[in-house]
Amino acid sequence: MSVAFSELRQKADSEWQTLTAGDRPWVRVGLGASGAAAGAEEIYAALTEALGSEATVSFVGSMGLCYAEPIVDVQMPGGARVFYANLGADEAVEIVGGHIKSGRANADRVFAWHGDEQPEGLDAATRLYDLPTMRPQTRLATRLCGDIDPSDMSQYIANGGYQALDHALEDMDPAAVLDEVKNSGLRGRGGAAFPTGVKWGFLAPNPAPVKYVLCNAEEGDPGAFNDKGILESCPHTLLEGLILAGYATNSSNGFIFIRQGHALPIESSRKAVQDAYAAGLLGQNILGSEFSYDVEVALTGDSYVAGEETALMEAIEGKRAMPRYRPPFPAAVGLWGKPSNINNVKTLAYAPAIIRDGAEAFKQVGNESTSGTAILCITGAVNRPGMYEVAMGSLTVRQAVEEIAGGIRDGKKMKLYQAGGPLFGPIGEEGFDSPIDFDSIAKTTGSLGSGGLIIGDEDVCAVDLTRNLMSFNQFESCGKCFPCRLGMTHMVETLERISQNDGREDDLALMERMGSSMRMGSLCGHGQLGYNPVASALKYFEADFRSHIDDKKCPTGACGDGRMLTPTHTRP
Amino acid sequence: MSDGTPPAGDELPSGDDLRTRSRTALRSQQQPTVTVLSSLLAVQDELHYIPDEAIEETATHVKATINDVWSVASFYTNFRFTPPGEHTIDVCWGPSCHLNGAQDVIERVHAELGVDGEGETADGKLTLRYSTCLGACALAPVIAVDHHMKGRMSPDSAAAVVVELKGA
Ligand SMILES: Cc1cc2nc3c(=O)[nH]c(=O)nc-3n(C[C@H](O)[C@H](O)[C@H](O)COP(=O)(O)O)c2cc1C
Ligand code: FES
Repeated sequence: MSVAFSELRQKADSEWQTLTAGDRPWVRVGLGASGAAAGAEEIYAALTEALGSEATVSFVGSMGLCYAEPIVDVQMPGGARVFYANLGADEAVEIVGGHIKSGRANADRVFAWHGDEQPEGLDAATRLYDLPTMRPQTRLATRLCGDIDPSDMSQYIANGGYQALDHALEDMDPAAVLDEVKNSGLRGRGGAAFPTGVKWGFLAPNPAPVKYVLCNAEEGDPGAFNDKGILESCPHTLLEGLILAGYATNSSNGFIFIRQGHALPIESSRKAVQDAYAAGLLGQNILGSEFSYDVEVALTGDSYVAGEETALMEAIEGKRAMPRYRPPFPAAVGLWGKPSNINNVKTLAYAPAIIRDGAEAFKQVGNESTSGTAILCITGAVNRPGMYEVAMGSLTVRQAVEEIAGGIRDGKKMKLYQAGGPLFGPIGEEGFDSPIDFDSIAKTTGSLGSGGLIIGDEDVCAVDLTRNLMSFNQFESCGKCFPCRLGMTHMVETLERISQNDGREDDLALMERMGSSMRMGSLCGHGQLGYNPVASALKYFEADFRSHIDDKKCPTGACGDGRMLTPTHTRP
Repeated sequence: MSDGTPPAGDELPSGDDLRTRSRTALRSQQQPTVTVLSSLLAVQDELHYIPDEAIEETATHVKATINDVWSVASFYTNFRFTPPGEHTIDVCWGPSCHLNGAQDVIERVHAELGVDGEGETADGKLTLRYSTCLGACALAPVIAVDHHMKGRMSPDSAAAVVVELKGA
């Protein structure tokens, strides 16, 4: 361990000791996007006011158990954490306040507990990791989400943070770090599942003095919130991974690229970067080593295509987020013409675990196809929506929905799932038994993509969902390639016609022809994959389309008789 | 919908005032990399829209042409060119929200606001925007009031939020 790091570590350990076993209880309020939307900020305000100096009240990020938000937990000095879920602001004060005053948990309201020793009076309560939503998880990238205050770097360090970076800088040369990532079999989590070590290997040997590693936190896929989840809950995991990537590729600068308007992940990333500089984890001679590296947070405006890697570079340069022609590839000519590498947040967030525990340990998790974990965001018609990190291949889609997400709401049947972002379509029953890994899901018309799984029940009409997805794709076409810009617009018009029972016999063939022009005539995945949602819907749910076209009626009534309230837009 | 006319009743800031505030916002950017886009984001944070004066000031600040700045401003859908209302309501129409009843929520919000789509209410006080995803998809359907998210909405609870805002 370097001297500089052992000092950071000592300070962090003693602060952690004070927090968890000092003279005051520690109350943690879960605040990710889900917590906020469930009222966590009001609860935090109420608790800080009511508890005053009796307890330390902190915001922590999100554990991913969104269905149970708002979640608050109480840890009496040296004791276990006792969780309360689905709290209202008034009862939070009563329940948490009562717990702190009496020193005893409110057994009727306990959601779960976590620690070495079962708290008194909680014989009937569940251990946190015995919850059906926690037991199946293997938390690598989200290990500390919900446990620590994301704005306090010391809490990350006290829990094993920056150990991998220190180890890399002390004991490994960049090539060894690169080899470790190659051997881990890590594949990119931004969509294309490209082997990360191979990608870093394109950049590493380039002798240019200025080279960039760009962390793609644009996360435009509706239904996916794991990138933002990591950033708002444990930004230093990403930052440590970004620094490791910089070291392995001999790069000089890193960027974290986030869409404007998402206050929690933006503030959290900015604070993490600032604190890392102050502690000597960024800047000149990191932890006293030869390695110097700068990182900056860059914001983009609203544009889905800005998440495409070449458009992302245009956006960081401050221009319209339109894709560039390739070749040259970013590893040769990237941001401001300099060699660059682009990775998703999750991809980079695995690097600390890989370097700390070794490539073999990472490969032990997951299956032949994909090592490591999938960080799923399960939403839609399920009982327990949330963010769950599971070993790749450990569950099928059906099992994830039933066992983790608690099955379909109101005892209904699952009709479809949609994954991989809006450029992929709904998948029916025949696809429910795919193991969750990149290659198994890719054998259907789907993609695991960045991990969003949107679940539809028997009341969903595939035409309606497809129309929604294609409206998104139309709205977000950057307009550079006219087959995409025009194709998307016509595709939405055609779907609208079908959904309103005005479809024509040749509409399906027409869409297929437009799709093939888009695939051939578009520079980036947006246009190339643009027909996917329709193709997938037709493969599994042609009956829904036929019902609209032949019988002039919606099979479930979901399409309604009105317009769909979505904006139409063409970028001028 | 907004037709570009300023909201009634409010004192509009003068062009000079807009210029000064734009300049302050442009100069207050902390990050090392300052671009057309970062500058426009900084200005909109301060003014809540991009007036012509801000376009000119941005061009001067980053040594770009007015055309360059317009091209960026017109591309990203978060930029607006007329002042918004006092409060802004975002409603999500993303697929997670859609499957959980977002269309009914949006329709009720329309009815409460007396609007037919995105834009300002007749009195100019409230702005409605559609969002492709507010990032709290597990709590769908989601809306946001001045960036504060509210999840697990129903048409009734969304209507109540709007009613409270109208009274505010
Ligand atoms: C239209 C479009 C949008 C994309 N949006 C994102 C995004 O929001 N986040 C992301 O990580 N990758 C996105 N990608 C994929 C990126 O181009 C790139 O493959 C990825 O960031 C590489 O990271 P990885 O190797 O870690 O997967 C998008 C691709 C396309 C075609
Ligand atoms: S789809 Fe509505 S918040 Fe994400």
